[in-house]
Amino acid sequence: MPKDSGIGASPKRREDIRFLSGTGNYTDDMNINGQAYVHFLRSDVAHGRIKSINLDAANAMPGVVKIFTGADFEGVGGIPCGWEVTDKHGQPMQEPAHPVLAQGKVRYVGDQIAAVVAESVEQARDAAEAIEVDIEELPAVVDMKAALEEGATKVHDDLTSNLCYDWGFVEENKPAVEAAFAEAAHVTTLELRNNRLIANPMEPRVAIGDFERASGNSTLFTTSQNPHVIRLLMGAFVLGIPEHKLRVVAPDVGGGFGTKIFHYAEEAFCTFAAKALNRAVKWTSTRSEAFISDAHGRDHVTTIQLALDADNNFTAVRTDTHANMGAYLSTFAPSVPTWLHGTLMAGNYKTPLIYVNVKAVFTNTVPVDAYRGAGRPEATYQLERVIDKAALELGVDPIALRRQNFITEFPYATPVAVEYDTGDYHGTMDALEKMVDLSGFEARRKESEARGKLRGFGVNCYIEACGIAPSNLVGQLGARAGLYESATVRVNATGGLVVMTGSHSHGQGHETAFPQVIAEMIGIDESMVEIEHGDTDKAPMGMGTYGSRSLAVGGSAMVRATEKIIAKTKKIAAHLLEAAEADIELKDGAFSVAGTDKSVAWGDVTLAAYVPHNYPLEDIEPGLEETAFYDPANFTYPSGAYACEVEVDPETGKVTIESFNAADDFGNIVNPMIVDGQVHGGIGQGIGQALLENASYDENGQLLSASYMDYAMPRASDVPFYGVDHSSQTPCTHNPLGVKGCGEAGAIGSPPAVVNAVVNALRSGGHDITHIDMPVSPQRVWQAMQG
Amino acid sequence: MYNFEFEKPSTTADAVAALADEDASALGGGQTLLPTMKQRLASPSKVVSLTGISEMQGVCMGDDGSVCIGGATTHAAVAAGASAYPALAALAGGIGDPAVRARGTVGGSLANNDPAACYPAGALGSGATIVTNAREIAADDYFQGMFTTALDEGEIITEVRFPVPEAANYQKFEQPASRFALVGVYVAKYADGVRVAVTGASEEGVHRWTAAEEALSANFSADAVPAAPGADGMIADLHGTAEYRAHLVAVLTKRAVAAAS
Repeated sequence: MPKDSGIGASPKRREDIRFLSGTGNYTDDMNINGQAYVHFLRSDVAHGRIKSINLDAANAMPGVVKIFTGADFEGVGGIPCGWEVTDKHGQPMQEPAHPVLAQGKVRYVGDQIAAVVAESVEQARDAAEAIEVDIEELPAVVDMKAALEEGATKVHDDLTSNLCYDWGFVEENKPAVEAAFAEAAHVTTLELRNNRLIANPMEPRVAIGDFERASGNSTLFTTSQNPHVIRLLMGAFVLGIPEHKLRVVAPDVGGGFGTKIFHYAEEAFCTFAAKALNRAVKWTSTRSEAFISDAHGRDHVTTIQLALDADNNFTAVRTDTHANMGAYLSTFAPSVPTWLHGTLMAGNYKTPLIYVNVKAVFTNTVPVDAYRGAGRPEATYQLERVIDKAALELGVDPIALRRQNFITEFPYATPVAVEYDTGDYHGTMDALEKMVDLSGFEARRKESEARGKLRGFGVNCYIEACGIAPSNLVGQLGARAGLYESATVRVNATGGLVVMTGSHSHGQGHETAFPQVIAEMIGIDESMVEIEHGDTDKAPMGMGTYGSRSLAVGGSAMVRATEKIIAKTKKIAAHLLEAAEADIELKDGAFSVAGTDKSVAWGDVTLAAYVPHNYPLEDIEPGLEETAFYDPANFTYPSGAYACEVEVDPETGKVTIESFNAADDFGNIVNPMIVDGQVHGGIGQGIGQALLENASYDENGQLLSASYMDYAMPRASDVPFYGVDHSSQTPCTHNPLGVKGCGEAGAIGSPPAVVNAVVNALRSGGHDITHIDMPVSPQRVWQAMQG
Repeated sequence: MYNFEFEKPSTTADAVAALADEDASALGGGQTLLPTMKQRLASPSKVVSLTGISEMQGVCMGDDGSVCIGGATTHAAVAAGASAYPALAALAGGIGDPAVRARGTVGGSLANNDPAACYPAGALGSGATIVTNAREIAADDYFQGMFTTALDEGEIITEVRFPVPEAANYQKFEQPASRFALVGVYVAKYADGVRVAVTGASEEGVHRWTAAEEALSANFSADAVPAAPGADGMIADLHGTAEYRAHLVAVLTKRAVAAAS
């Protein structure tokens, strides 16, 4: 019998009532008395020197309050980067200044030159058009390899080159890796591109800065996945406002996918301008603006090599990757192609020797940072593609080749610095094979061929490291932050609870899933628990939601705080029941004395905590509120096996996904319905990357796919009904719930299965094709078939 | 969007008068004009909506057996109402998405003559007559290249008359992002010959593929479709090279003929 409440139940998401009925409270729904509006004048050239900015005509336009340029931000801090990567020579990365408004140069199409604050948005836009900017256009740096050539135009004049860092991992392993390749019986080489993506959350970014002159307090309302992080970065590094004078509120957030982690210039501007003007300043991104101002994702160019011995055992992997940083370092950009990518290159396999080289490159493009999966999709894609290519070259079954090389003993220390605590890769592959009807594939292929179509089957595995992250470890790796999470659990007198969590839902369903955990722990109804998040004045310092960390890290903090609550209520109950504390049991919302029929209800104990007439005041304080900070001992390592079946129309090159099945191991599961939804959404984004999405720049640095007319988003008609299974469960060994993250798995695990299936289909049609770059668009498939 | 005046006349005559102002722009369903205005790429001083003109609404049969569609008739209304010409109804029912079809109009689409729009292929492929407030224009004379038509300033499409063919079919291969036609081919078989109109492919906008017309007029079967036209003059962009588009023209023509046969 499925449970109907608590851990393992699938209650409907309580937050959906407001999301689906138009009663959510998003940042753009908020308006502050007397607010002005800002419009950013953005560069329409990719690279240029600002010779002059004439504001005379613009200042005379109706409704203009004030126009800001870079000159107004001299002496103000720049947008900070939150992660310092050390290169293979032990030197820190090159880190350029990142001004709030352009200083002297513009470095990408979309770079903000000036900010017009006016009484209305339209007046601000009108005035922006009247600003006269004289820009001397410079050659644009777009291609990463060209950017590193001797004599290439520099994006940042004060850096030595366009190379941010040249990272080698693990550098000491390199000679052994080289030797393994020299001795290999077979080496498979694959060059590929992990296409640049634009996150496109349904809600574009919004920021409202507010200032209260009487108190001197600033407030920023913003579309963020981590308001405390924004408070720290913006307050400490940009504007010099201490945390106690700065409140950051991220109310309902309509999707983030990583792109709302980062601290953006628009947030700092609105907070700064509100104080300067003593009135609230609001910015709402248009969709067009989002394409050229939200951080992009992925954009790696990689050569990967896999060495195998004569028995087809993997003996070594080496990779050479160019990773695009864009024009400036976004908040976590340097960590994505390094610590979130290189550490995953073992995948599910016992490859003993691995060397990863990553060159991070500045270009005249929008900054690139984490996007759902962040480094792990790039690792999974190259590894799972090169394994499929090796299987082709060796003429062996791709599933058998994978199974032969699976890690089977845990804990397992990889040669790339992480230790997998648990996993069962044969278990997820077994679950997948049950779902996909492999034995019926040839019949399905024949049926497709009878209709003139080519049918292909592709499979891949994935492992990812999420639930980030142990603070002491990431500190050694260059993080300029801790990655714990916090929770305060406040129990009211009549027994209801409010959890103030540093996790921040931007669609994940925390308001439903978190109460299920507390309901299970105390034995009360979920409706007695309310989740508060997104306001730095309410929740304790927290790190927010990304890296599939909310339940594994934030949920663990909540469990720890609730354990403190339970310990205290047991003391109170022992007093009320005149029994020894050790004999008190909490079950189904009541405290009882073991071996007796004496009991007292949860609500009577909580009431006693606030009306302490009969209360052990000499031993414990009244009240019932506890806080915990939880710092994980390790990452969690969800894993799985995915399969995709496609049909290719050989006349047009169009790929249709016929089926997609996913078998994941997420450890223990709190709400299976929400987990299904996370996997569905992730696969949808993965299919989007594999078949459709591509942020494409021309040689002048103009974004060609700068609207939905040219940037292809996946639609319902592009995806099949998914098969999802999470019956294979190896609980995480180091967090109290035994949970792993599930938010990114779908996006990490799905692209290689799609491409593997397309290659398989084309080969069945007699085309000698071993690889097609994503997105596998009709044109690309057709061209590949032309040879 | 810049400020503009707005008028919604109830007769064609009033609309023509309102459009006499310099920089006035006619508004059909607004599926192109409004986004363009929002992006500040168009700035008409006056917008004259044609949707309130009852004489420009609806689908009916002409005395000569043509399907006559009022210039302000929405795609959804054509999809539902042009059952006498199923291929045309299907074309209208495949434009954009339900929201687009509920607003967009045949007159708006033909007046705009987007090189990737569907209706120009339907009109040219049918040898339709574009009726304006001033005259009647044969489709062969009407389409004059990308976004260019025979319409004069202020001239309004009041009706489009489609001769109903013996057989017809429209095949659209969608551009993955916009879902406009990457290439669309409209094939219509009339007693006096076959017409093949191609949209989405050419830098000249919608055009007839005369080599295919001649071959199909002699033998209306998919096998008769000639080899793909040359790539010269075909559109090349992110979503398709000129060669790919030329290839699709032949593929879609065959499919249209097969579907119509």
